[in-house]
Amino acid sequence: MTRSTKLRIVVAVFFAGLLATPIVLKKRSAQKQTHQTPFDAKASLAQHGFYLQEVSHDAGIDFVHQAPILDAKLAHIMPQVASMGASVSVVDFDRDGWPDLYVTDSAIGSKNRLYRNMHDGTFKDVAEEMGVANVNQAGTGVSMGAVWGDYDNDGYEDLFLIKWGRPELFHNENGHGFRRVSDEASLPAWINANTAVWFDYDGDGLLDLFVGGYYPENVDLWHLANTRMMPDSFEYAKNGGRKYLFHNLGHGRFEEVSAKMGIDSRRWSLASGAADLSGTGHPDLFIANDYGVSEFYRNDGKRFHEVGESAGVGFAPKSGMNVAFGDVFNQAKLSIYVSNISEGGVLIQGNNLWVPKEDTSGNQIKYENLARDLGVELGGWSFGAQFGDLNNDGNLDLYLTNGYVSLDRKRSYWYDFAKVAGGNSSIIGDAKDWPAMEGRSLSGYQQKHLWLNDGAGKFVDVAQMAGVTDTEDGRSVAMADLWNNGALDVIVANQRGRLLLYKNTVASENHWIGFDLDGTNSNRSAIGAQVTVKWNGQEQMQQISGGGGFASENDRRLHFGLGRSAAIDEVLIHWPSGKIQSLKKVAVDQILKVKEPS
Amino acid sequence: MSTPTTIHPQELAAQDSLTRRFFTMENRFIPPIFITSILLMGHFSFGILESWTKTLLAIGSSIVAELILGRMMTGKWPHLASAYISGISVGILLRSPALWPYVLCAVIAITSKYVLRVKNRHIWNPSNFGICVMLFFAAESVTALSIQWGNSLWAMAVIWSLGSVIIWRLKRFHICAVYVISFLAFALLRSWIVGDPWQSEIAPVTGPEYQLFIFFMITDPKTTVHTVRGQCLVAFLVAAVEMGLRLDQSIYAPLYALFLVGPVAVLLEIWLNSRRQTTIHSNPATMLADSPSGR
Repeated sequence: MTRSTKLRIVVAVFFAGLLATPIVLKKRSAQKQTHQTPFDAKASLAQHGFYLQEVSHDAGIDFVHQAPILDAKLAHIMPQVASMGASVSVVDFDRDGWPDLYVTDSAIGSKNRLYRNMHDGTFKDVAEEMGVANVNQAGTGVSMGAVWGDYDNDGYEDLFLIKWGRPELFHNENGHGFRRVSDEASLPAWINANTAVWFDYDGDGLLDLFVGGYYPENVDLWHLANTRMMPDSFEYAKNGGRKYLFHNLGHGRFEEVSAKMGIDSRRWSLASGAADLSGTGHPDLFIANDYGVSEFYRNDGKRFHEVGESAGVGFAPKSGMNVAFGDVFNQAKLSIYVSNISEGGVLIQGNNLWVPKEDTSGNQIKYENLARDLGVELGGWSFGAQFGDLNNDGNLDLYLTNGYVSLDRKRSYWYDFAKVAGGNSSIIGDAKDWPAMEGRSLSGYQQKHLWLNDGAGKFVDVAQMAGVTDTEDGRSVAMADLWNNGALDVIVANQRGRLLLYKNTVASENHWIGFDLDGTNSNRSAIGAQVTVKWNGQEQMQQISGGGGFASENDRRLHFGLGRSAAIDEVLIHWPSGKIQSLKKVAVDQILKVKEPS
Repeated sequence: MSTPTTIHPQELAAQDSLTRRFFTMENRFIPPIFITSILLMGHFSFGILESWTKTLLAIGSSIVAELILGRMMTGKWPHLASAYISGISVGILLRSPALWPYVLCAVIAITSKYVLRVKNRHIWNPSNFGICVMLFFAAESVTALSIQWGNSLWAMAVIWSLGSVIIWRLKRFHICAVYVISFLAFALLRSWIVGDPWQSEIAPVTGPEYQLFIFFMITDPKTTVHTVRGQCLVAFLVAAVEMGLRLDQSIYAPLYALFLVGPVAVLLEIWLNSRRQTTIHSNPATMLADSPSGR
């Protein structure tokens, strides 16, 4: 055998090895998938320290979301364009110490629900009697989400209703009902929004409001002038709805100041969150945009500066659908989870977990995407996600819901979607150019993800074993200790699907603590307050938010797991007013009420 | 009125030399310069690259593989222009959040040139082969570019115009023209068959994936047939097979069509050539030793 022949054989074997590599990797990945243990409460409790049970029906909640039916010109792609509106937000609207739920519906004439917590594991819909049910009437658009904040500091949480249509502000009348105050607040006549967040951007003790438009505000989706209302690019679209920043002037009046404050964008916003990310004492604003890059508006105390690209989060355009903050490494630093689309063989954007780089803050803050390293990157057509310590082990876990359009299981719309999405702006931007969906699914029937944080830099998906077995088209996720028993429960709103209530059972050996903050100099809701709990050589920081995830809001009360430790070294509270409060000798396994010292 | 200027003879000579150098540049340098221009323009205008790391990894892997395999198999250091184009094509066309697919795809692409050979010719376009293998076997980890570059008209016009001039200069414009005309005709036919808007059927050709495909894959000199008529026929057949694949809703129809048609055409040409040579009893030793340097 000549040297040349030997060489050829060596190279051929090498080539065969190269070809076999992806096949071997695929097999290993498939084996991992099939090894996911099915639901086993006992095993999950023993192995992971918790399990979830879907109890909505037993809790008196039998809600099924209805999607909007828009202009007939969009009938051929209706499931795709009318694909949002299911949302859930947690609020203790009557201040009885038990979290209630507000759930949106999205068909014209449908009614939103306000589920009052009856303290016995059941809920009762009181939306009608409270005056926040009939908000989806013809000519006014339909609900897309809700965020709660006590804008007048009277102690009761008020409601801002996010709509494709006429946005609404409802004043909470001491927990006995709601009064529509949209006109007094000078809200615009029409916004096609999917996200809003309450936050006190100027630190004056009054909650301001950000609202992010999706479709342009001059589009009435029920009476279209023409079909050129789609994004003009799948990844670089800038023809979406404008952004609004409503400065709270007091006495129920607001002034729109977005341009003056440096927020000027027409990207297609789907989610937003506010937190002091750069460590300057002022809340920054993070916006996840569909069809484009995320935006990071740094607040220098005087105005906002869009620094997404320099911070590293606004470089690669994706389909941002969620903003959740979490101190995933217990370093008193917030990371940001942004969900995107991943569909094998078609489009793999991957979700982003933006973790602040070491020794960066303020003007120089930089983030790196560690979603892949930590194992929270691939989540299907991902929507809402929230961080929360579901097994009270002292580490923040991550719950992600997903699935876009679940119709015919056997026929997919992906081919047609990809065909048009890659086309020129004049084609993609016109709905009439899009092929009819004809009952086909688009990333439908997807398995959800519940990633447990092992505290050592990895998240492990335990959704199936822990009891999260639904495959509905998930949108909004919220977390709250609904039973006041020291376990974070998960509520999921599904598009054209049921509202799911996953009750959490946690192994008793782990301890916890909750905080119920009441602002005095700061806004009464204490939105923006950061609480750091130090225990057993660890520390974890959480922040009270006025909206987050996708079209949702978690319980105002913060919940910390402490693992086996029954002692807390210190609790530090950074109030939005700038005040820092230190608490020592705090007992565990309780929800601690804390009033801001005056 | 224009401002009068004085031009010195030396400057004229220098300008002439630069212009001449550009227009007489060796052909194999033109595609790398063109694809690099597209990459840089696309990136700095739209940020098409998710990360430089991935693109550089693909280019680096491709070049290293070419250097090692070229030296091993031929005993000479190979020219790196084609490896550079393969690497950059993989870097742009392949999309994955992970790094390993970029390395694997680039190395598969280059190695295929040295292994999948008939009568001393490699029969697959290397980057087309590498990307198709990844799409076949690692679909859960990779996709191909389909949606970048802003979907804007002017970016498309610039790339099409520049690309057409360069491809004309390389005497391969007819391949692109036949393919594009065939694609458009088949798009209208598909629209009539499936009842979808014609705009949706022509939409793909307005995207960046097709620009790279048309200018850098179907025109690859090393993996296309040699006669102009044959090249036109192959371009038409690629469009025809793509039409069939599209009716079967294959998202990566053009890549798969070239994967199927390209080697068959080359093999057929090799067979016809050898038959012709046998018939006229010509000297088989005159067969051109074709070094593995396609893209």
